[in-house]
Amino acid sequence: MTRIELTVDGARVSDDVEPRMLLVQYLREKLGKTGTVIGCDTSNCGACTVHLDGRSVKSCNVLAVQANGREVTTIEGLADTYEGGELHPVQEAFRECHGLQCGFCTPGMVMQAVDLLNENPSPTEAEVREGMEGNLCRCTGYHNIVKSVLHASSTTTTGGAR
Amino acid sequence: MTAVEDRPDTESAKEIGRDRRRKEDQRLITGRTRWTDNIALPGMLHLAMVRSPFAHARIVSIDTEAAKTADNVVAVLTGADLGDAQGVCINAWAITTEQLAPTHVPMPTDRVAFAGETVAVVVARSAAAARDAAELVDVEYDELPAALDLKKSAADEVLAHPDLGTNKSAFWKFDSEEAGTGGNVDQAIEKARGDGIVIEREYRQQRLIPAFMEPRSTVVDPTGEQITMWTATQIPHVLRFALAAGSGVPESKIRVIAPDVGGGFGGKLQQTPEEMITFAVARRLGKPVRYTETRSESLMAGHHGRDQWQKLTLSAEKDGTVTGLKVELTADLGAYVAILGGGVPVLGAFMFNAIYKFPAYQFNCQTVLTNKTWTDAYRGAGRPEATYAIERLMDELAAEVGVDPLVIREKNWITHEEFPFTTVAGLEYDSGNYEAATEKAKASFGYDELRAEQRRRREAGDRIQLGIGVSTFTEMCGLAPSRVLGSLNYGAGGWEHAGVRMLATGKVEITTGTSAHGQGHETAFSQIVADRLGVAFEDVEILHGDTQIAHKGMDTYGSRSLVVGGEALVRAADKVIEKAKPIAAHLLEASVDDIEFSAGRFGVRGTDQGLAMAEIAMAAFTAHNLPDGVEATLDSEATYDPVNFNYPHGTHLCAMEVDTETGGVLMRKYTCVDDIGTIINPMIVEGQVHGGLAQGISQALWEEAVYDDSGTLVSGSFVDYLLPTTADTISFDVHHNTTASTTNTLGTKGVGEAGTIASTPAVVNAVVDAVRHLGIHDIQMPCTPERVWRAIHDAGAGGRAETEGAAAPHFDESTGMQGTVDRTDGAQS
Repeated sequence: MTRIELTVDGARVSDDVEPRMLLVQYLREKLGKTGTVIGCDTSNCGACTVHLDGRSVKSCNVLAVQANGREVTTIEGLADTYEGGELHPVQEAFRECHGLQCGFCTPGMVMQAVDLLNENPSPTEAEVREGMEGNLCRCTGYHNIVKSVLHASSTTTTGGAR
Repeated sequence: MTAVEDRPDTESAKEIGRDRRRKEDQRLITGRTRWTDNIALPGMLHLAMVRSPFAHARIVSIDTEAAKTADNVVAVLTGADLGDAQGVCINAWAITTEQLAPTHVPMPTDRVAFAGETVAVVVARSAAAARDAAELVDVEYDELPAALDLKKSAADEVLAHPDLGTNKSAFWKFDSEEAGTGGNVDQAIEKARGDGIVIEREYRQQRLIPAFMEPRSTVVDPTGEQITMWTATQIPHVLRFALAAGSGVPESKIRVIAPDVGGGFGGKLQQTPEEMITFAVARRLGKPVRYTETRSESLMAGHHGRDQWQKLTLSAEKDGTVTGLKVELTADLGAYVAILGGGVPVLGAFMFNAIYKFPAYQFNCQTVLTNKTWTDAYRGAGRPEATYAIERLMDELAAEVGVDPLVIREKNWITHEEFPFTTVAGLEYDSGNYEAATEKAKASFGYDELRAEQRRRREAGDRIQLGIGVSTFTEMCGLAPSRVLGSLNYGAGGWEHAGVRMLATGKVEITTGTSAHGQGHETAFSQIVADRLGVAFEDVEILHGDTQIAHKGMDTYGSRSLVVGGEALVRAADKVIEKAKPIAAHLLEASVDDIEFSAGRFGVRGTDQGLAMAEIAMAAFTAHNLPDGVEATLDSEATYDPVNFNYPHGTHLCAMEVDTETGGVLMRKYTCVDDIGTIINPMIVEGQVHGGLAQGISQALWEEAVYDDSGTLVSGSFVDYLLPTTADTISFDVHHNTTASTTNTLGTKGVGEAGTIASTPAVVNAVVDAVRHLGIHDIQMPCTPERVWRAIHDAGAGGRAETEGAAAPHFDESTGMQGTVDRTDGAQS
């Protein structure tokens, strides 16, 4: 067991974990952060995407011990990182544009989209399609996911902090 | 008593037709979700399955000692340990009374019949401990020859289940002459061989994997009076029945809950061995248990879809008027006959004739057992296969006659004046307008301009050629009239149930036997109820997916939720209104005959007196002043059995660019105009179409479950099973043309499967159209660059040669058994 201390969704947490424990397992099993989900076992699907020190990572591809001393934001804490609403503009955009159906891929999609827009606040459709390529969805055919990201881009470029 | 305040104009305030944002999204976008794998109960134990690596083998011995003594392991159980308590998985649809079906126990004790079948289960305090200990279970197998190739299996070269003596499970036939719905197909073909056109083709429907995003998961809690199962399923009600039938536990002692379910597409329409094992282990240990599969397990052991060979003969007159269609299918059931099993190809039996006026038709289907993963419903279930075959054939006929593919369709389709139309397969299509949908689609697509560009590129000999694909599809959905299901030997009815509970505070609870897993029922059904009862959209709560709350239902599949479940809802709501009328009349001191209900208000004809629905609900609740003999409730239920199937249709047009040097394909544009009748929520409908399109396009271009020659699924992870991404797909051009269905009150038609059913042939027709001038008339799906390139360089073969590199074992002597080797022809040169 290894002692880790980190910040998750703004709260300081500390636990003894097996060195092999994945960050996603730590979030779900130890912290009850079940908003972040596991969709595959090969890091292809991106459903488990969270932010580690503000950048998107697939949390099935990070060991919990690697998050020691760092800051993790999950879908459950995302809205708190944005000043000015109950929802982050990207969450709002996914609802507005029907960018989700079953909702299983959605936490990962939203977290990846936030990172994409942080890096490139005004992407083209092609840039969105390139930037979201690591996240799989089986319901939407991606049409409305792409639309959601473009919509979020248009609503956030004029002001809000991200 | 108060007069109801003025309401806004009822027409503009209507909920039906509004693009309401979804009620369910607030939870889903903030991670406040209840997937089965999120559910944790006190003392809960975790399961891991020990699975066979062999496609077909005798189980010589299973040594569980090492696993049993591992840390934190509670039990290790085999099929022999559980005995009869493990139950059986049932087949609900024996397509013939003579159908051969091997007994499907969740954990076989003597012989495994596909790679991935479970032989033992480990129970431990954590999922990780269970997984670790599963590695310690030592199973000795005696490998048997495996029946893998579908055609060879149909010829009984190797037996999948030696005890059965054959791989042939059932043969199902429909003949229009015998049924009295049309002529003799063999005579039509014979005549066409003399003076007409005969198109003979063989198409492959490759094996696909539903690949819902949420892996299957089951929690069973045996500590209450009822045994409660939470499971990632589309069919909580059917599953409860199947659990009872398969385990002997009384149905009344079982509660099944489908909490948030992350997609299904038919893949969660099953009574799975994993559910049966989890159920049996919980009962055995008396503790709550959870099993959640890995993605690899999901791809390997969750049921697959499609997998058919289709031999097709179409006859026509010289001018392209169709005269007959004969279909000979061979369908792979995999190792067991699943819950619908052979019923899936039979669902396609009535759809090969599609929208065309064939005077003679014959459908033959042989279902075959193999040593591969079992197959069952996958989005469309039988109808995509049928639509693919006929829409490909119509393009081939157009090429033979030398006319545009739309011209040959128009020549043969049912015109809008001809509805209702009884088809050669015996179905009565109630409504549609193929001409109008096609005109709209052509205009939005820019059909004539793209044809002109195609001509220019062809004449210039461009490296990049353009192809245009057409699919003017219809489908039968809204499963299904119970009498028809009975005549097909299906084991259940096709009705649906709904309940309306009028709460004292004016809020409304709806129970529905359908069970959404992404379709947005909470929103769309609320819109229907809001309009019907004149209550606020926000005041309606939809309860579903729990056999104790919405106790009666047939669940969600076959694009049935709205057209069958929605109609049950309308009828239950109408009963509420009828129950409220005498109470309103009593309170308003008027005759019941003078009470009019409109926009949520019970008014007295010719006066301005009236009461709102909520006021009647309160009056029924207090029951202080009800008329004599009137029950103190407005709550109502309805069970609706559809009178007919439901027939959405549409025109789909696809433009594909093909690189004739590399075989690479690129989608330029995709336009569809679907007729799905009255639209409740256009935003949700568009989403259904988009997702359906992507899955159908994906069959055409990318997806295939590939087995190697020892029966191992080599596309057993998301690294190898190619789901498209944002970067592979384009934005779609989606429109509608509406003719209301005449067989339900709201005029709705199903939409869940339409995109998938229609799009596959549109894409392949476009790819073939781009290279037809090079002598190509077929390319086998998925149309990978390799297959397209092979087709171009070996014109006529259809790119049909095996993709050996991908299917071959990854480890090879030439590399010292290290790393991967590409055995694709030409890879070494």
